[in-house]
Amino acid sequence: MIRGLALRSLCSLRVANLVEYLVGPLGLGLKDSNSYVRMVAAIGVLKLYHISVSTCVDADFPAMLKHLMLHDPDAQVVANCLSALQEIWSLEASSSEEASRDRETLLSKPVIYYLLNRMKEFSEWAQCLVLELVVKYVPSESSEIFDIMNLLEDRLQHANGAVVLATIKLFLQLTLSMTDVHQQVYERIKAPLLTLVSSGSPEQSYAVLSHLHLLVMRAPMLFSSDYKHFYCQYNEPFYVKKLKLEMLTAVANESNTYEIVTELCEYAANVDIPIARESIRAVGKIALQQYDVNAIVDRLLQFLEMEKDYVTAETLVLVKDLLRKYPQWSHDCIAVVGNISTKNIQEPKAKAALIWMLGEYSQDMHDAPYILESLIDNWDDEHSAEVRLHLLTAVLKCFFKRPPETQKALGAALAAGLVDFHQYNVSVAERVVNPPKQAVSVFADTQNSEIKDRIFDEFNTLSVVYQKGQNLQITLFQLRGLEANDKDLLLGTSEKEESRGPINNGSEYSAPMYDGSSVSMAASQTQAELTISNPTLPAHASSLAIDDLLGLGLPVASTPVPSPPPLKLNAKAGLDPGTFQQKWRQLPIASSQEYSLSPQGVVALTAPQALLRHMQGHSIHCIASGGKSPNFKFFFFAQKAEESSTFLVECIINTSSSKSQIKIKADDQSTSQAFSDLFQSALSKFGMP
Amino acid sequence: MISQFFVLSQRGDNIVFRDYRGEVQKGSAEIFFRKVKFWKEDGEGEAPPVFNVDGVNYFHVKVAGLLFVATTRVNVSPSLVLELLQRIARVSKDYLGVLNEDSLRKNFVLVYELLDEVIDFGYVQTTSTEVLKSCVFNEPIVVDAARLPPLGPASIFMQGTKRMPGTAVTKSVIANEPGGRTREEIFVDIIEKISVTFSSSGYILTSEIDGTIQMKSYLTGNPEIRLALNDDLSIGRGGRSIYDYSGSSGSGAVILDDCNFHESVHLDSFDVDRTLTLVPSDGEFSVMNYRMTQEFKPPFRINALIEEAGTLKAEVILKVRAEFPSSVTANTVQVQIPLPTYTTRVSFELEPGAVGQTTDFKETNKRLEWGLKKIVGGSEHTLRARLTFSQESHGNITREAGPVSMTFTIPMYNASRLQVKYLQIAKKSKTHNPYRWVRYVTQANSYVARI
Repeated sequence: MIRGLALRSLCSLRVANLVEYLVGPLGLGLKDSNSYVRMVAAIGVLKLYHISVSTCVDADFPAMLKHLMLHDPDAQVVANCLSALQEIWSLEASSSEEASRDRETLLSKPVIYYLLNRMKEFSEWAQCLVLELVVKYVPSESSEIFDIMNLLEDRLQHANGAVVLATIKLFLQLTLSMTDVHQQVYERIKAPLLTLVSSGSPEQSYAVLSHLHLLVMRAPMLFSSDYKHFYCQYNEPFYVKKLKLEMLTAVANESNTYEIVTELCEYAANVDIPIARESIRAVGKIALQQYDVNAIVDRLLQFLEMEKDYVTAETLVLVKDLLRKYPQWSHDCIAVVGNISTKNIQEPKAKAALIWMLGEYSQDMHDAPYILESLIDNWDDEHSAEVRLHLLTAVLKCFFKRPPETQKALGAALAAGLVDFHQYNVSVAERVVNPPKQAVSVFADTQNSEIKDRIFDEFNTLSVVYQKGQNLQITLFQLRGLEANDKDLLLGTSEKEESRGPINNGSEYSAPMYDGSSVSMAASQTQAELTISNPTLPAHASSLAIDDLLGLGLPVASTPVPSPPPLKLNAKAGLDPGTFQQKWRQLPIASSQEYSLSPQGVVALTAPQALLRHMQGHSIHCIASGGKSPNFKFFFFAQKAEESSTFLVECIINTSSSKSQIKIKADDQSTSQAFSDLFQSALSKFGMP
Repeated sequence: MISQFFVLSQRGDNIVFRDYRGEVQKGSAEIFFRKVKFWKEDGEGEAPPVFNVDGVNYFHVKVAGLLFVATTRVNVSPSLVLELLQRIARVSKDYLGVLNEDSLRKNFVLVYELLDEVIDFGYVQTTSTEVLKSCVFNEPIVVDAARLPPLGPASIFMQGTKRMPGTAVTKSVIANEPGGRTREEIFVDIIEKISVTFSSSGYILTSEIDGTIQMKSYLTGNPEIRLALNDDLSIGRGGRSIYDYSGSSGSGAVILDDCNFHESVHLDSFDVDRTLTLVPSDGEFSVMNYRMTQEFKPPFRINALIEEAGTLKAEVILKVRAEFPSSVTANTVQVQIPLPTYTTRVSFELEPGAVGQTTDFKETNKRLEWGLKKIVGGSEHTLRARLTFSQESHGNITREAGPVSMTFTIPMYNASRLQVKYLQIAKKSKTHNPYRWVRYVTQANSYVARI
């Protein structure tokens, strides 16, 4: 016992000088008669490896661990050897052939069978470890697969969720090539998973639910009879409810849609606002799946009558999407939508949706032009570019259908839009390129199937919870953005051309027309024709632009986009230490980041002075510095060229890990990001010739 | 592989902090707490138990108002880490007797000792209270359970099952009795959490029982124990649909949908005579978790009625009927109903002669609360409340209010009729029989009636 504790303390000292004193005790520890000491020593080897790779390998510890792993009577020692070896070998594998071959041997049949046969001796945590290893093992014949599954079947009844999930992962991977058995596995694991969901703490059930979510998404059919398990309970945390709502949406089919939608409607009436919103969206998604649309539309229209503003807002957006997909329902919807007072709707998205409907169905809605007109009167109070854009489009549509009534409104709208154009060109341009995703949910499934497969391969890892593949976590966002663009291009070309019309009008063609419409209020039919012919021209131009630039650059984009002026720093700034301290205390941290330094930079940083001179060349001054290798600490400051606004920086550099931590505080928060970039680029140039 | 483990108080103070691998920067606790605290402001509700900031994965569980957090940079199994955190909390409770901020602070040496043994260099070693016993040398400093700070209503849910009365359960596994000899006893709790949803017309829409058999053993010498359950117990429902209510109506066999067992349980004779054989390890653990969706008789019937009474007034009538034998009493019953947002004032009228009942109207979340200390089986209680509105209702008040939710605890009652027939301890002590306690408790998990 004491030998073990001593050994652990010794290994935990992360000091390179002591390494030589470690080798002896570790060697003895691995051969100790007490299993506790061997257990500690196995992990100790790993610690040694992290301090000094060469010492560890020279002393031939990995080989000793391997021997111990295959022969030690104590299961925990075996487990520790296994985890230590896995880590050492995977780190070594890149550099040495031998290590990667050793790693292969872990997956050989004898080793796997040896571990599997001792499964019951292992602690629950070690069982997870072994199961993870077995997942990587590829059985040579199908009888082996069944042997393994029979051996491990009772693991599914384990109380520890981690063990159960690891087992499930193994089963699913093993049977991937055997479709019918794979289905049986799904059936088999359903009950244990549901038990786990309801037996643990909310956090545990969240982890299990995330996995269940993945499975449901893969095979919604199999779970469609269990939909009642995914009903939310009122005291569950938001994150659990959200997952459940998504699953309910996924399992909906002909037979259960009615009940699911009924349940969802109950949530919509709930006091919990985020959940109410989510559930209305879920109803919409189910509607887009084409089951029982009739009933759903009725429900949605009931929502509109509830007169809770957030319910109305969400529902409007949905109704709009539904109308795009099922135009046949327009009559029912329009009747209800017409009754909604625009004053009750504050959210831009909902307002835009309402305006869209007003424009699209203006021929059926009696007072559409007048509602639009009153909205235009309040143009200045409307800050969302999306709403303004929709308003313009809607007025135009309305004008084509009912010219006499809309003429005045159109004139006013175009005038307002033109004034607006100068302030909003960037955001409006962006809107034109990428209009709000309309009815995207219809297409959403196609994009993800590849990612889903990736996540499935990483079952029982964090990827499932984040719903992202491990390597995809960064690239995914870019990917999504691109796909969204493509999709929108395919989706509503007509819609977009309409919306492009008035905007392009604003930029290049509209000036004369605006004059015309405002001068002659009592406009004649010719005036109307002029307006009609006008928008077709830019629309044509813009479709050309799509061909040219794949829709990414449009005529509008050619107008110069004002970018913030580059940040200039005062080369001769001055600040006394007292003021610095005072400011440092007062200001909040604007940004805090961690960079890695270039190797040259690390080499050059033998003394703090070198860095100081370098940073001074970039107009960043040092007020205090200190520290010894490998840790240095600097306080920098800088001043803007024209103003007296200052930036304060605390920079901690560790040369051994070539990492620097940077905290930036600024008088003017808005420029702190620009400064941070500047600082980083200055730092990264350090040490370069 | 876990990089760091720490425990934060509700205010974000570091109570315990252990760095195992030195891969994650020191300020992680602060980053974590900030993120959790401000999660709500992004309109996302509560922070999920797992999230990633700058490449560091943060896991947390809430236990007894404390945040148990682990960090790692590796793509690990989330349920493994969350399960581990829960287990660390349980082990700490086993050793400290009571788990709260105070007890952790007073016993931090002991806790660090435990943490060193539970995790070594990021790898889980053991979480068995029994095994850890040999590695721990500090005596726990006992914190008086009576001085527990009152926990908010939210923490009752967080804590789940373990809020049992009785001092013995809050005893540390290694604390010595003043007399020098530990009392031989074993506690078996059958805890059932029931979830029922009634439709507005009083039908049961969904019902589920999540049960556990908890065991806490203070027996010396680790004798083998045999635990016998109902003979008519059966598991799994074959080909039948889970929600088939037509079959077993009320009486007959107890059918569990599924169950799982602790690793120390031997199931050799379970198929034959429904007995579990196990060698209980020290500390608290759940022998068996089970789930049941078989039809059962709900302990309470809730009736809620809202009627308009004039333009700016309405009346709410809540009726609760206890449908269990009069020998059983339900404790700490709490009935809640959210009211329309434009409710300004509520006046209550309790039935004559009501004792131990409280009523309250929470202005902030517009919620009516009705607390009853006790409800005796077979009795019925009514509450009338008059609401005053600030504006005219839109015609349909029932859509603006509700649903009614209810929480309660019923000792010595279990809805599933699962029973421990006998508890046999293999090693008979010569001098005396160990104390054996078997208790049944039913709690409300989600007990909701729609209106």
